[in-house]
Amino acid sequence: MATYNTSEFRKGIKVQLDGEPYLMIECNFVKPGKGQALYKCRLKNLIRNTVLDRTYKSGDSIEAADVEEIQTQFLYRQGDQFVFMDNSSYEQYELSQDQVDEAWKYLKESMVCAMVLFNGQPISVAPPNHVVLRVEYCEPGARGNTATNVTKPCKVETGAEMSVPAFVEIGDLIKVDTRTGEYIERVKE
Amino acid sequence: MGKPSPKRDGFRPAASWEVLRLRAGLFRQIREFFDRRGFLEVETPLLSADTVVDRHLDPFLVETNTARSAATDGSSPRWLQTSPEFAMKRLLAAGGEAIYQITKAFRQGEFGPLHNPEFTIVEWYRVGDDMASGIGLLGELAVELLQCPPPQVATYRQVFLEHLSLDPLTADAAELERAARTRLTSVPESFAADDRDGWLDLLLSECIQPRLGRDRPVVICDYPASQAALAMIRPTDPPVAARFELFAQGLELANGYLELLDAEVLRDRIKSANAWRLRDGKQALPETNRLLAAMEAGLPRCVGVALGLDRVVMLRAGESDIRRVMAFPFDIA
Repeated sequence: MATYNTSEFRKGIKVQLDGEPYLMIECNFVKPGKGQALYKCRLKNLIRNTVLDRTYKSGDSIEAADVEEIQTQFLYRQGDQFVFMDNSSYEQYELSQDQVDEAWKYLKESMVCAMVLFNGQPISVAPPNHVVLRVEYCEPGARGNTATNVTKPCKVETGAEMSVPAFVEIGDLIKVDTRTGEYIERVKE
Repeated sequence: MGKPSPKRDGFRPAASWEVLRLRAGLFRQIREFFDRRGFLEVETPLLSADTVVDRHLDPFLVETNTARSAATDGSSPRWLQTSPEFAMKRLLAAGGEAIYQITKAFRQGEFGPLHNPEFTIVEWYRVGDDMASGIGLLGELAVELLQCPPPQVATYRQVFLEHLSLDPLTADAAELERAARTRLTSVPESFAADDRDGWLDLLLSECIQPRLGRDRPVVICDYPASQAALAMIRPTDPPVAARFELFAQGLELANGYLELLDAEVLRDRIKSANAWRLRDGKQALPETNRLLAAMEAGLPRCVGVALGLDRVVMLRAGESDIRRVMAFPFDIA
């Protein structure tokens, strides 16, 4: 079983606590001149995205988490199940709506997504930072209004709802930032 | 002039020229401070067959080329010094009266915003000093270097009572553990229940130290006897170590002792430090050294202090990362 000793602690290592994978997002070394060295760590749960503070003393170790990132293709959605395929092994993975989280809003067939595996099981999936989606429905826009600060709701091809400028029309293609969920611009075919 | 690139610029120092000039100015100030008081500047080896034996200090071991050095009695491995303490006391036992030096010290595994494995120490000793005059001299230097009001003096016991309502000299390990668990979101699971000093260190560094020396520096004295290191123990009730430390803006800056003079006591402390090191899963360090011989010959009563110069530069420059006050910190050394 691989472990990380305190001397190997640094931002970015992936460790396992109570059977769940964590990313070390901060590690602060504290030591009185003649006293016990401490490592104050901030750890992010890679499944639930919660953050945890843990203090270790020199010589302690934490189990390493078997976490890897693979490139997958989104194949299709079947009810609450989202099916992806590993681009190199062609193995298929089924993720629940919970596991896919916000990503479902952007998933289109054959889209390339980064998937995180923990002990070989998928725990999260991320679409590309920018995706292009077709607007399926919105209220008609006020003609000639090109201001981007006046927004209205719309529904896109994946079934998700998002906010777009008033000039966007049904059938338009829009580019969206998947990290913030924000509209970026209207694009041509 | 080309565009800056991380690769091509990898040779550049981490500190600005402004900070490096400030550093150089502090070196001059320190030398003038000690020269005015009749101290002699000395140099001692960085590579020594002897090393300080402390539960929590890990020296770097340097292999020597035995074929070449056997002829000069250099066949034993050498330790990079964690402080110049042993050699400076050998000078005192041989007639030194007031000595100081600005030197490098090396401590393995210490790397963070306040630590670099190679750092700069100002260390001085004066024969004839007692606790009050030793703390007084440290205070005068602090006022000059930090441009601050004279430090306030408090005992270890007073600061624990003030900040935690806890008597650090009489509380048992279980009480200390409870105090730590109620105040901290996380305590190391591997802390042994009976490790009184471990719990005291945790409480001091996590709950008290960040609040020390905010308005003016503070000198904390009379440490628990179990943390005497190389200080004398004063036979008060309970006994305390004749040890003191300087804190400013939450930073630990200096550590001083009314020096232990008895070689037999030092032998016992070295053995006990090694016992803890083995318990902590560390390697034992050599139990014989030339300081013991010096103490047997007669080390005069004196006070010695070590001041971390890099942290003084941090305070003066307003930097929160020690890397920014040295030209080439460990990761780019």
